[in-house]
Amino acid sequence: MSTAAGTPATPAATTPAGQLSIPESRITGGRLRDDFRGMNVVWRRELIRFARNRVRIITALVQPVLFLFVLGTGLSPVLKGGPHGFDFKTFLFPGILGMTVLFTAMFSAISIVWDREFGFMREMLVAPVRRSALVVGKCAGGATVATLQGAIIIVLAGLVGVPYSPTLILTLLGEMALTAFGVTALGVLIAARMSQVESFQFVMQLLVLPMFFLSGAVFPLADLPQWLAVLTRLDPLSYAIAPMRTAVFEHIQVAPSLLKTLEPAITWDGWRVPLGLELGLIAAAGIGLLVAAVAQFSRPE
Amino acid sequence: MGSPPPSTVSFSVTSNPQMAGPRTDNSAIEVIDLYKRYGDLAAVQGISLIVAPGETFGFLGPNGAGKSTTIKMLCTLVVPTSGTAHVAGYDVVTERNEVRRRIGLVFQDTTLDDYLTAEENLRFHADLYGVPRVAVKIRLQQVMEMVGLWDRRKSEVKTFSGGMKRRLEIGRGLLHAPRVLFLDEPTVGLDPQTRSHIWNYIHGLRKREDITIFLTTHYMDEAENCDRIAIIDNGQIVAVDTPEALKASIGKDRVEIQTDNNIDAIAALKDRFGLDATESEGAITFHVNGGEQFVPLLFSEFLIPIRSVRVARPTLDDVFMNYTGRTIRDAEASAGERMSTNPWMRARNRR
Ligand SMILES: Nc1ncnc2c1ncn2[C@@H]1O[C@H](COP(=O)(O)OP(=O)(O)O)[C@@H](O)[C@H]1O
Ligand SMILES: [Mg+2]
Repeated sequence: MSTAAGTPATPAATTPAGQLSIPESRITGGRLRDDFRGMNVVWRRELIRFARNRVRIITALVQPVLFLFVLGTGLSPVLKGGPHGFDFKTFLFPGILGMTVLFTAMFSAISIVWDREFGFMREMLVAPVRRSALVVGKCAGGATVATLQGAIIIVLAGLVGVPYSPTLILTLLGEMALTAFGVTALGVLIAARMSQVESFQFVMQLLVLPMFFLSGAVFPLADLPQWLAVLTRLDPLSYAIAPMRTAVFEHIQVAPSLLKTLEPAITWDGWRVPLGLELGLIAAAGIGLLVAAVAQFSRPE
Repeated sequence: MGSPPPSTVSFSVTSNPQMAGPRTDNSAIEVIDLYKRYGDLAAVQGISLIVAPGETFGFLGPNGAGKSTTIKMLCTLVVPTSGTAHVAGYDVVTERNEVRRRIGLVFQDTTLDDYLTAEENLRFHADLYGVPRVAVKIRLQQVMEMVGLWDRRKSEVKTFSGGMKRRLEIGRGLLHAPRVLFLDEPTVGLDPQTRSHIWNYIHGLRKREDITIFLTTHYMDEAENCDRIAIIDNGQIVAVDTPEALKASIGKDRVEIQTDNNIDAIAALKDRFGLDATESEGAITFHVNGGEQFVPLLFSEFLIPIRSVRVARPTLDDVFMNYTGRTIRDAEASAGERMSTNPWMRARNRR
């Protein structure tokens, strides 16, 4: 077997043997660099898939638009009773951003289940990259994609009485990204434990929908009966939606009388939870879930 | 088979003997008493084998025999219940990353990303394996030309046929110049023509690259293409050798003749050669060592006119039958039944 006869007739074949060989030192190169590359691949792939799948982007818009314009319009008369006309859609808007982020990030995370069995993820799992790097990349990717999907909803702000203020948009994007990261980490943790694709329905019905409904996305959390008040305060998503609603309310005029019922912030037994604590809780939950997801995913089979 | 020449082919991983290197230098794969249990089910039950560098080694067995499980252990995806395995000289449990850098793996089911183009799939792979940028460009073209997909590199993979996907995966598995390439059922689910194409690529690969190939198949005819094969049944290796030696080990060729007078011919075979022959459907069948050498003898010494002769070598089917007591098709059928009650396998087979 000679080199001349052995190599295919490509430009590469004319290069002297060995020049293109991959030096061992390079292959055994830094661990951190390996991990960073792995992370980067997972993240970039997530973005490419998002950008190429127009159908998914558009389908994912249907639900938020229905909630915002159909539910929002339908419920508006209830609030119109007061002296100051207030568009219920404005109240709903931050909740719908939260909903979009929740569903997009969760879907992106759970897709690991089939990706791991039938898809490109299997290929990544056998590469010389630590699984923790793949998990971090996946969380970053899910967070980016969910934030982008939320950004599409932000475009609709003007239609529901939310001003296009740059500070507001930046605040909302930042808070969505933080939320999306936490949700993706939660999803990856679940996916790591999930062996069957069929379980996806359980997760949606038993976790995602309750999280959404109890979060105050579609109704104010003030003046609730005790049992519901407790449940809403236990829902982590409540602490993600409250800051977004606070941000929106800071940029619009709301009559003080209405503000009492529509109170955006969460109260614990009458104590108004500060914005910093709300965001801190989300960040802490995100990091905790990420650590758990990494641990879960790194278990050997 | 002759031992492969020293690494003269470009893109082979240059090894530095001074470095803390592989533990065993003279085998590409070394497996000792490997077991894997899934709960009550023993998928692999004490496999031992050695594959030499440059060898093409085939794992032949029916569905559910434990082929994929063995490959997954060798590729560090599944941790063995007990036993040890070294690939490219590194332990698959304790030196996982060292193993991973040196192997390429083509899974039984495709693991390409349909939404990415062929080139993107390969580029991501190169990134995952840390192939240096300068090498990627040339290497990418080399492997894509080798599998005949260079002009389709910009197409999304979802537009590819099953055979093209397989070829792309084989190319991808080679991108980082692995020492050992694992192919799990490289041709399963493909039509016969595409199957033979895939085999052409594999043969070309053996010529071009200094590489060890470990593949599994449940097609008898494909196992013939390997330098050596192991026959695996119920998680155990029942025989290992070259296909020729395996067939020879079970002995005699089957000879079928048609004559003008079968009754006399049977008697003459008994008298002159001491052979027991049987007649069915107008043809006489008997078994003899070296059938092809026997036929001229038969013609020169036989007085009864012979109208036709057929000599059949023992096939790997006969070998499988000999070692397991059933044909591989029967084995498949019973494995199929077992699997249809296993929800995990059902999910896997649905696609
Ligand atoms: N992850 C798993 N969990 C449970 N059983 C498994 C798993 N993987 C394989 N098996 C079982 O192990 C046996 C061998 O499977 P496999 O190695 O895939 O066989 P082959 O590749 O030879 O068809 C089968 O009975 C299969 O059902
Ligand atoms: Mg298999």
